[in-house]
Amino acid sequence: MKETNQHIILKTENLSIGYKTKKEETTIATNINIALKKGELIGLVGGNGIGKSTLLRTLTQVQPKLSGALYLNEKPLEDYANMDLAKAMSLVLTETIASKNLSVFELVALGRQPYTNWVGNLSEEDISEVNRAITQTNIENLKHKKCFELSDGQLQKVMIARALAQDTDLIILDEPTTHLDMYHKVYILKLLQKLVKETGKTILFSSHEIDLAIQLCDTMIVMTKTEVTSDSPCHLIQQGTFNTLFPEDLITFDATTGSFRVKK
Amino acid sequence: MSETNTYKGSFILLILTLVVCFFANISLGSVSIPLKEIFNSLVGASSNASWQYIIVDYRLPKAVTAILVGSGLGISGLLMQTLFRNPLAGPFVLGITSGASLGVALVILGGGLFGGIFASLLISKWTIVIAASLGSFLVLLAVLIVSSRVKDTMAILIIGLMFGSITSAVVSVLSYFSSAEQLQQYIFWGFGSLGNLSWNEVFIFFVIYCFGILLSILAIKGLNTLLLGENYAKSLGLNIKRSRIIIILATSLLAGTITAFTGPIAFIGLAVPHLTRQIFNTSNHKILLPAVFLFGAIVMLICDSIAQLPTSDYTLPINAITSLIGAPVVIWLLVRKRKMVF
Repeated sequence: MKETNQHIILKTENLSIGYKTKKEETTIATNINIALKKGELIGLVGGNGIGKSTLLRTLTQVQPKLSGALYLNEKPLEDYANMDLAKAMSLVLTETIASKNLSVFELVALGRQPYTNWVGNLSEEDISEVNRAITQTNIENLKHKKCFELSDGQLQKVMIARALAQDTDLIILDEPTTHLDMYHKVYILKLLQKLVKETGKTILFSSHEIDLAIQLCDTMIVMTKTEVTSDSPCHLIQQGTFNTLFPEDLITFDATTGSFRVKK
Repeated sequence: MSETNTYKGSFILLILTLVVCFFANISLGSVSIPLKEIFNSLVGASSNASWQYIIVDYRLPKAVTAILVGSGLGISGLLMQTLFRNPLAGPFVLGITSGASLGVALVILGGGLFGGIFASLLISKWTIVIAASLGSFLVLLAVLIVSSRVKDTMAILIIGLMFGSITSAVVSVLSYFSSAEQLQQYIFWGFGSLGNLSWNEVFIFFVIYCFGILLSILAIKGLNTLLLGENYAKSLGLNIKRSRIIIILATSLLAGTITAFTGPIAFIGLAVPHLTRQIFNTSNHKILLPAVFLFGAIVMLICDSIAQLPTSDYTLPINAITSLIGAPVVIWLLVRKRKMVF
């Protein structure tokens, strides 16, 4: 037990998530026990409104947890100062960036902010980290373009490069494949898989591409109304977890192909 | 660094332009003074005592004021546009000018209304400066308290506008009860004026201005991070609230002092950052901040030179000139480039 613990980057114990206002507490999910291991690609799936975003926001300390415990590298998440958290966890969000007048290089270089001096000058090391992130995501040809010139797929690669440049053990992506065509959905997820293998980082992403996630992820977290399960895609299929994901009136899960079928 | 080097040529050109504009500004005025005498006056060796006086005690402080006002307003406009991610933001969205206007209105117009204490006060230049400073300071204080409580930066923008509405409403009520003479005095303050400052006043102006600029420089890294949006900025370890307060404080110091000493000067704060972004085509504040400083100073010096209507006895209100000259330039730039860089 002790040995496996060392490889765990992020761990939750009986975590409850939801919203708290002065008057009431809205619980979205309870009893969440997940552990993200080092060097794994983890997919988070679940229907609309089931609480994927709330879970990600809680894991990234954008909103406070309701109860339970949350450890990042065995240290409680709430003990992290902003700057330490920035060096341990980087994000790719669904929101568009405020200024698209930045060049690709400048945007990726902003990932180095936690390491740069008070005015944000890049050191030799920062520049080589930025270039490495650009190479790893295959965007060398875009390096000097402005962000408003990029397609959605290209911009997503740039945002991933920015997260890589931040040099953290854990990268969390919120629905990185939305707005992308079939080819680019696969491209982005394959890229994440490649990055996990090459860099040994842990990458967690939420997605609606369940069949792709089944094929590519090491571990999947499945959120349903009743519980949050986390296991390898194979085990989850055997246990029939995916059958409980959606109401059964329209689609069913086909265990042999690992994909959903429309009911005829 | 390489990114700064590519702009080196442009910066040298801008600095030269600034120097030329500075001397042009000093040499132009209602009294024409030969160029040689201008230089003599500057080093204190002019044969004509009144020329010497005009140059050293009138035109020189006015030119220095123009540089401080132009650069200060430009930089505070830049800070506001980045903080609020809104191209329409300017130094005055926080209600700072409205606060200053209210202070001045209370002194000039309120005299009749409140009688007694106010009427007995001599409405000197310092009274107005102090009233404007107090007015903008109180609004700043309100904005700071609010901004430490609200989570959403956009809410601060709306709250600033609301403060503006409240103060202008109070000014309207005061105007209604004022005499024509008082109204005229108030309106003249609203025209803005660079030329009424003595060296003493310029010095105090400069000291506060330096604090504002210093804070702006400290904010550069945060401003660049904010280009990604607040959530990304937070994930990069930026303390959003602290950056927000530094930015608001810098803007208030700059815009507040400028309004207090020279009256509300329109347009520069909104237009100069756009002008700079169009020409330098970057969003990096390490480049933008010094560039906006230079552009702001140059534009203000040019506007002031034109407002003087050289060789004539008239001086046009500076507030009108900044918009008359500046707005077409920005329109032309946007139409020519067909694309808004922000």
